[in-house]
Amino acid sequence: MSDVVENPPATEPPELVIEAGRTEAHYWRDLWRYRELLGFLAWRDIKVRYKQAVLGVAWAVIQPAVQTLLLSFVFGKLARMPAGDVPYPLLVLAGLLPWQLFSSAFSGAGSSIVGNANLISKVYFPRLIVPFSALAVALIDLTVLLVLTVPIAACFGVMPTWRLLLLPAFILGALLIALGAGLWITALTVKYRDFRFITPFILQIGVFVTPVGYRTDFLPNWRDLLAFNPLTGVVDGFRWCLLGGTTEFYVPGLMISFAIAAVLLAGGLWYFRKTERQFADVI
Amino acid sequence: MANTPVISVENLSKRYVIGHEARHDNLRDTLQHTARKLWRRFRWGTGFQTEEFWALRDVSFEVKQGEVVGIIGRNGAGKSTLLKILSRITEPTTGRISITGRVASLLEVGTGFHPELSGRENIFLNGAILGMKRTEIRRKFDEIVAFAEVEKFLDTPVKYYSSGMYVRLAFAVAAHLDPEILIVDEVLAVGDAEFQKKCLGKMGEVAEAGRTALFVSHNMASVQHLCTRGIVLAEGKIVTQGNTASAVQAYLHTARVVQGIELQHRPDRKGNGKLRFLAVTFHDLTGKQVTSILCGSGVSVRLHYESTYNGQIRDIDVAFNLRNDAGVLITCFANIQTGRPRLPIHARGYFECAWPKTNIRGGEYDCALYCSIDGEVCDWLQNAFVFSLEDGDFFGTGHLVPRDHGDVLCEQQWSSCVSCS
Repeated sequence: MSDVVENPPATEPPELVIEAGRTEAHYWRDLWRYRELLGFLAWRDIKVRYKQAVLGVAWAVIQPAVQTLLLSFVFGKLARMPAGDVPYPLLVLAGLLPWQLFSSAFSGAGSSIVGNANLISKVYFPRLIVPFSALAVALIDLTVLLVLTVPIAACFGVMPTWRLLLLPAFILGALLIALGAGLWITALTVKYRDFRFITPFILQIGVFVTPVGYRTDFLPNWRDLLAFNPLTGVVDGFRWCLLGGTTEFYVPGLMISFAIAAVLLAGGLWYFRKTERQFADVI
Repeated sequence: MANTPVISVENLSKRYVIGHEARHDNLRDTLQHTARKLWRRFRWGTGFQTEEFWALRDVSFEVKQGEVVGIIGRNGAGKSTLLKILSRITEPTTGRISITGRVASLLEVGTGFHPELSGRENIFLNGAILGMKRTEIRRKFDEIVAFAEVEKFLDTPVKYYSSGMYVRLAFAVAAHLDPEILIVDEVLAVGDAEFQKKCLGKMGEVAEAGRTALFVSHNMASVQHLCTRGIVLAEGKIVTQGNTASAVQAYLHTARVVQGIELQHRPDRKGNGKLRFLAVTFHDLTGKQVTSILCGSGVSVRLHYESTYNGQIRDIDVAFNLRNDAGVLITCFANIQTGRPRLPIHARGYFECAWPKTNIRGGEYDCALYCSIDGEVCDWLQNAFVFSLEDGDFFGTGHLVPRDHGDVLCEQQWSSCVSCS
């Protein structure tokens, strides 16, 4: 609608029709128009997060660093899982990056609608903006970690290769999976607050059923089962891009992951769009 | 363009489904109820009874280019629901609306303000939430800051702002939206008197610039001041639409109807319900019931209630206030003003407030009713009843007091003396 300001007033003003059950014809166009709001919401969340925290942005690094050490110790030292020719901490770090991306995008998107209830009940905008902005926040966090990871890997003697250029595809994959799951959770939470308690639960289990602390190519018996977790493909992809030739790809697994992710996302979008019109009434 | 409708609303209805759940005061009751609810849901798929409630029923109207329309009605009449549907926050159940032009709706001042962010940052955030472009906000930035008078605190987080500054900043952003159609919900009921005047001025500019506006308010004075047309809603339906004066009259009339209705069925009340007002009656000083009172005569107002209090209470606060047809608070009657006389509570009874000589101008006064016991609000009703007073012979001279002598009449003695130097 804001185009009116820039165009001369001579242009026919847009007509808006509001009717029961009408799926708005302009929904996706509106979504594009409100892209600045998406940016502002993401910027707000990042800006606010480390306010009044003495260590500030350092927390974005401390958390994954501690987790890397912990998982390396549990899987590498205690469980003596094979690492191939890569130092174990590096293996874990390469798995932790997509996991961090997913968990922050998923929990952010999952709590986004209820967390912005004051906006939802007072202003109109395509509601998808809110979970999308949570993805943007997660993406920015990942960028910080990624910038630190590449030199760390180089210290261990793993140099970046051309494969790094394919990383965005897997980043996108992780975001879409998080979006699919997050849309379900956030739309359901509007009506049933029970789902708020499910998010931490999924994340607790997820860090173990996702090959964050171990690699799948040394577990041939479990490979197909693990592939039913769509994040498996993403984690394998991240390792493949970051750690070079030592990790091989398992194509059938990737296909299963992809199919499940697609179903999750399509379902999430469908359910969100279906319920979004009632958000303001029930929230 | 001047006579084409920019908003047309046809047969608009909105239904809400309300779930009824019993209230529980202790954990055991809650657990018992939850178990029963789960069991029922498991067997029949529904845990509790639901009831339909039509917030709007078959509402149709048109707004033409350049009109400033006031939507008036008491609490629960459906005004806010109407605005929410018009601003696309919620969906109608049936009906159709078509709107031509860029709409900006302000249902709240400062939507999306974040306390941790500075004033500068919040201007951008709030602007984006209200649908402004970044370039547009940047262009109007200085104007917004000047209007809000917060130059010195631009880089201070708004959580350190005084509430006045906060509201000023929030309104300033909204006031610079520049839409073709503006939808406003009682945002003017905030801020200090001077700032309210400024906001009204800004609203007036909207009207003069030939832009279309919808304006919801309880304040009849500002409705009369700003609007060219009024729509009166009651119980989800349009009662009247027409020029502002007749709409305001009709609004007061909808208030009068309630007088006969018993208060116990009013849904729009706040409080814990341990004491509920049932009805209000007026009596002359001999105790005979009256419906209207002459200015200058005495009146007893009886506030009938029922209560579930059975033990001792420490403290009770009963009050009602009077507002004139412009929405201006005239006076308040409260037992705490007279030094908290002990008012014992019965299962069913009435509080009586005697006003020995009424001394305000004849007219209809809208009254809110309030009771709290031991610091807890028991019952609180806006527009609970109407106090109607006829112009009378206040001074006992045999003449009515001229209407242009003000709103309050005072007992007075005059004399003349010689001053010695």
